[in-house]
Amino acid sequence: MIRVIHRALKDMWANRFLNTVTVVTVALSILIVGAFALFFVNASALLSLWTKEIRIMAYLEAEMTPEAVDRLGLQMAGMPGVGDVRFVSKEQAMERLRQGMSEGSALLDTLEENPLPDTYEVHMAEAFRNRDRFELLARRIGGLEGVSEVEYGKEWLSRFVRIIDLFRLTGLAMGGLFFLAAAFIVANTVRLVLYSRRDEIEILRLMGGSEGFIRGPFYMQGILQGALGGAAGMGMLFAGFRFVADKVAEGGGFLPARFLPDEMVLGILMGSMAVGWIGSYISLRQVLKAS
Amino acid sequence: MAPADSGDPIIRLFHVHKRYNAKKALLDVSFEISRNEFLFVSGPSGAGKTTLLKLLYLGETASEGQIIIDGLNLSRIPRRRVPFLRRKFGIIFQDYKLIPKKSVYDNVAIVLEARGAPRKTIRKKVRSVLRTVGMEEKRRALPPSLSGGEQQRVAVARAIAGDPQIILADEPTGSLDAESASVIFDLLREYHRRGATVLVATHDTALIRRTGGRVILLEDGGLDVATTIPRLPA
Repeated sequence: MIRVIHRALKDMWANRFLNTVTVVTVALSILIVGAFALFFVNASALLSLWTKEIRIMAYLEAEMTPEAVDRLGLQMAGMPGVGDVRFVSKEQAMERLRQGMSEGSALLDTLEENPLPDTYEVHMAEAFRNRDRFELLARRIGGLEGVSEVEYGKEWLSRFVRIIDLFRLTGLAMGGLFFLAAAFIVANTVRLVLYSRRDEIEILRLMGGSEGFIRGPFYMQGILQGALGGAAGMGMLFAGFRFVADKVAEGGGFLPARFLPDEMVLGILMGSMAVGWIGSYISLRQVLKAS
Repeated sequence: MAPADSGDPIIRLFHVHKRYNAKKALLDVSFEISRNEFLFVSGPSGAGKTTLLKLLYLGETASEGQIIIDGLNLSRIPRRRVPFLRRKFGIIFQDYKLIPKKSVYDNVAIVLEARGAPRKTIRKKVRSVLRTVGMEEKRRALPPSLSGGEQQRVAVARAIAGDPQIILADEPTGSLDAESASVIFDLLREYHRRGATVLVATHDTALIRRTGGRVILLEDGGLDVATTIPRLPA
């Protein structure tokens, strides 16, 4: 293995201009893929933070007996995905409204009777906090006898999730495209090196060199190009992230974002190396036919 | 022609034909080569000498017939085993086939690297064979800076570095002056004395007469005659 790496590095040094161009291209591809991943990770974290705060408000029908209200509460608590169920009486709701309105609360004194309904606040268990489950649960609760209406932040949640989905799709498409471009560039570099060394490869075959011995350094070259490009791309992304975070901090603000988790950085680096390998594989298949 | 009875054969050809599309390069060639034999394949240009050598190391495959090398039937050898077959041979080409960007040392060492030999063994062996061919002093030189004779000596060093059982030399002195040619032949004879089977393709009849040995004469792709020519007295 050390010999293969050594031979690959020697080849890369011998064709350093070509290899630099390849590594830079891979780095830029990884930078763009990483930037989308960074946005996605932070948007998802934000969404998860928001969904934590979201609750389903189930407004109860008027004229329900206390037993029926209790039964309904137990029914909701027993539903899958429900974490916590709190009863808010119409009086408590009025008090909250009064506190919320502060200066205008005098208006509420003019009301002859409390128009607010009794309510159940339903919080979801952590593992169930996502949009689809929210909607499903809200529909189920809305279908229960005694519930007149349910409410949760459906509109803005849907809009935000749509934006994230759009970015995710764009990110995946762009990522795929850039990975393909990177594989293509690596394939071209390896192909050029292969053409320039055709005679040497022929001689190695005649001298009894196995296909593994001949192809190994080319595969390694692709993997190293991928690794170097991936590391450079991730480095640039981290530097850019730090730069923006520092600028925001200088302006007295705080960027509520974090860099990509280690396992994702590792995944992107492995992906980058895989792209290098694929590039080499394509060229080797095209150029070197075993004889 | 039936194969000659020659003791313990290392190479056997049975009715071998080679065609390139419609052109016939070899026609019904059969013979045997004994272990540790020094044999010439001769004939005019285009007679099929190089083709014959290529068939032996699977540089080409026979269109018809069977070739057995050290017990291996070449028509049945799987592709992944071809490198192992080739390691039985040390091949010397008329155009040397050295890697121009690699030093003399690296050109020889690569044969052993391809076989996975340890670095220490490679260093020892390469220096030893370069000493044998008188090229140790020029081990750092690149092939294009060497004369034809020197390049061919490096090619001989590369051919013998892997201690092959069989040496195949295709017109090894074709582009060399008489003195260089004599050095190369002395090296081949020396390696033959150490136990290798040597097969030399040449059209230089004077050289054959000087060296002596069995000659397979090819004429228009067919085996014309197999005869033994005694070595001329020095």
